[in-house]
Amino acid sequence: MTAIPDPSKKGFKFSQLLYDTRYRSMTIQIIALFGILLFFGWLINNTASNLATLGKPIQFKFLGEPASYDINQRLLDYTSRDTHLRASLIGLLNTLILAFMGCITATVLGVAIGVMRLSKNWLVARVMTLYIETFRNIPVLLWIIIVFSIMIETMPTPSAFRSGEASMMLYDSIAITNRGVYVPEPLFSRSLGDWNLFGTSSLRFGISLDLVVILIILFGGIFASRKVKKNADKIQNETGMRPTTWWKRLSLIIFPVAIILWILGLYLGYPELKGFNFKGGTYMRNSLIALWVALSLYTAAFIAENVRAGIQAVSKGQSEAAHALGISSSRTMSLVILPQALRIIIPPLISQYLNLTKNSSLAIAVGYMDLTGTLMGITLNQTGRELETVLMGMAVYLAISLAISSVMNWYNNSVKLVER
Amino acid sequence: MVDQSFVRTEIVPEKPAPLSQAGIIGWFRKNMFSDIPNTILTGVVLYIIFMVLGNILPWVFSPTWNSVSLTECRSILAEIGRDGHGNGGACWGVIRERWLQLMFGFYPSELYWRPVLSFLLLGVALAPVLFDGVSRKILFFTAVYPFVCFWLIWGGSVWFPISVFIGFIISYFGFVIGNKSAGSLIGVLAAIALPIIWWFILLSPINSVLNSILPLGSEAIESDRLGGFMLAILIGVTGIALSLPIGILLALGRQSDLPILKGVCVCFIEFIRGVPLITLLFVASTLLNVFLPPGSNFDLILRVMIMVTLFASAYMAEVIRGGLAALPKGQYEAADSLGLDYWKAQRLIILPQALKISIPGIVSTFIGLFKDTTLVSIIGLLDPLGLSTNIRADMAWNGILWELYGFVALIFFIFCFSMSRYSMYLERKLATGH
Repeated sequence: MTAIPDPSKKGFKFSQLLYDTRYRSMTIQIIALFGILLFFGWLINNTASNLATLGKPIQFKFLGEPASYDINQRLLDYTSRDTHLRASLIGLLNTLILAFMGCITATVLGVAIGVMRLSKNWLVARVMTLYIETFRNIPVLLWIIIVFSIMIETMPTPSAFRSGEASMMLYDSIAITNRGVYVPEPLFSRSLGDWNLFGTSSLRFGISLDLVVILIILFGGIFASRKVKKNADKIQNETGMRPTTWWKRLSLIIFPVAIILWILGLYLGYPELKGFNFKGGTYMRNSLIALWVALSLYTAAFIAENVRAGIQAVSKGQSEAAHALGISSSRTMSLVILPQALRIIIPPLISQYLNLTKNSSLAIAVGYMDLTGTLMGITLNQTGRELETVLMGMAVYLAISLAISSVMNWYNNSVKLVER
Repeated sequence: MVDQSFVRTEIVPEKPAPLSQAGIIGWFRKNMFSDIPNTILTGVVLYIIFMVLGNILPWVFSPTWNSVSLTECRSILAEIGRDGHGNGGACWGVIRERWLQLMFGFYPSELYWRPVLSFLLLGVALAPVLFDGVSRKILFFTAVYPFVCFWLIWGGSVWFPISVFIGFIISYFGFVIGNKSAGSLIGVLAAIALPIIWWFILLSPINSVLNSILPLGSEAIESDRLGGFMLAILIGVTGIALSLPIGILLALGRQSDLPILKGVCVCFIEFIRGVPLITLLFVASTLLNVFLPPGSNFDLILRVMIMVTLFASAYMAEVIRGGLAALPKGQYEAADSLGLDYWKAQRLIILPQALKISIPGIVSTFIGLFKDTTLVSIIGLLDPLGLSTNIRADMAWNGILWELYGFVALIFFIFCFSMSRYSMYLERKLATGH
């Protein structure tokens, strides 16, 4: 074996930058960095000169100008005299509420379909496969438009309710019309009022104190119920006997919430037909319903496949081993199967949530005023500020996505198998 | 005393299983009616199927194939005693009259042979990539195909695609010669620099000279006449073909130990994956011209293709990164111990295995990309969805909905479903497990 000579120390030759592996990576990177800076410089230079020619220097003054367009579906108060900034905020909240509702229903549907796809019942399994393949292989935009058309074309008009051709569902509480769905609205006779943030600025924001109180009590109840569970675990570890706790845990959650609802004086405001339209209740426009239904059904098909893969990935030996230890079926599910399956299911599940949130931007196709419809739609067209609005919109979506994926990373790290 | 005990000396012939356990009845009992909840479930599902089919089938089977307007459809349906004004039956006349438009958009009908020919050639070009047992020599045609396709669909002078293609040949020879004479890095630099000089400086004067000497060409087609599934396939195939190599490079960049390169790749991938495609299409339709040198104005379809490709390559990069990460570390170490350099190790050892692992992800990215081409209707291109709005604007078909959406959905389903089946075939073919 020949000895490897030390690299010559006779001084640095220029060619070493290329041929010496110690320096080469540095050379390549500096060249790459230089190229990238050059590229961005070129882009910025082009943009600056183009904008100068158009006479539109970058500025965000337009955000403070009156928007002068109306937004029909909104969570906060808004009039057309409000600013573009407020319109964008309303749009952002519309995006978030749509994404939130969609994620919940898509998860429920997706889990149910994924489990049923593994059913021993041949017919059920086949029908679920058909559902999954149909929804996965047809574009989501088409689904949104189809559901929207179904809403408009086949649902009764409000006047049909007057003439008796159509009737409300669930004891006259829900009205499904071609303009949207009216559902009862929870109201409080002894309401605590709103907590108004940011005064009268464009970002003013009223948070219902009733909701805050209810949530605090609910989480308190859940916390107490977990305490009871921990206590039961402790008793089981010490004595081997598990006390029956389900009624304690359930009542700890339900009773405080029921009491606070009674104190606040909860009652339902029902929608009523007045004139040509329904009044009262919570109104969800047909575009919101169409997006909600279509995005839920579409994403559910993908979630179902993730759930199926997760369940199939837990080997049969695991449940057999649990049974051999004498663990009951339900506790086998909650202690052995689910923790392992969830580890596989949840990362793709969260990326489906991410997809749903991004797909909610297709709202523009059916006229739902989300962030794309307000900031990158009407505001863009009215002010002609393409650069500012599109970049702002992208930044907001990027922030939402990064927030969701940081949750995913946190979860992945917390359940990661610690290998020896 | 007679021995009364009885010993059977011959084997009793096997009896068939009881009727309730074998054959069709047994199968039904086992798979659909095994216990009470299962039977109830079967009943519920059968009822749902019955309801859905009972509503849809009469609508689908409607004798309106030859009608020329919605009014005529309704009168045909009223004649046979169906509800003419509601949803008594489908009006298939719109598909018969407009299916060519849904396929080709406003492409001149006497030139339909050009896109048809280019899609047939697409089949030829893809055959050696997709299936074994096809001669490898056709791969040369695959390399030339994009230029042939461009010329067939857009038409115009034949010299433009040819001279762009020559740029790639120059790049190849630049690499080979540079590599032999001065080492791999010089080869790579030559392969990048020479074609850039050719395309940006020499191409247009040489083109105009060639055009004046020998004006070969065909009728040029404006981009705004392209539409329908032709447009969807065009954007989809371009995105698919270009996003795979770009995605591989991005994935390798993200896995590399060069911090600056890695940072750039991570930023690019996370940015593109963090924003919805529609915002990138807005960039294509409103902003891209602002970013480019003043006066440069190129086609909206081309801009959309660029954005769709960038979008797909970020997703592709993540899929391939998953494949790279799934490879055992021993494979990388084995490649190093054989003394292979970085590119050889990637090309011969790492990528073949990593790409094989990521086939399902790659194909589902492709399917997603193809489905996402419908988004271009939002920025005003005439893809199948945009066209169906357009067809409804015609007086004769005003008010028609489900037939068009159903047809478009069916075609998308056929494309996407066959792609997913192909990926299963590929997985089976490449499986090397035990």
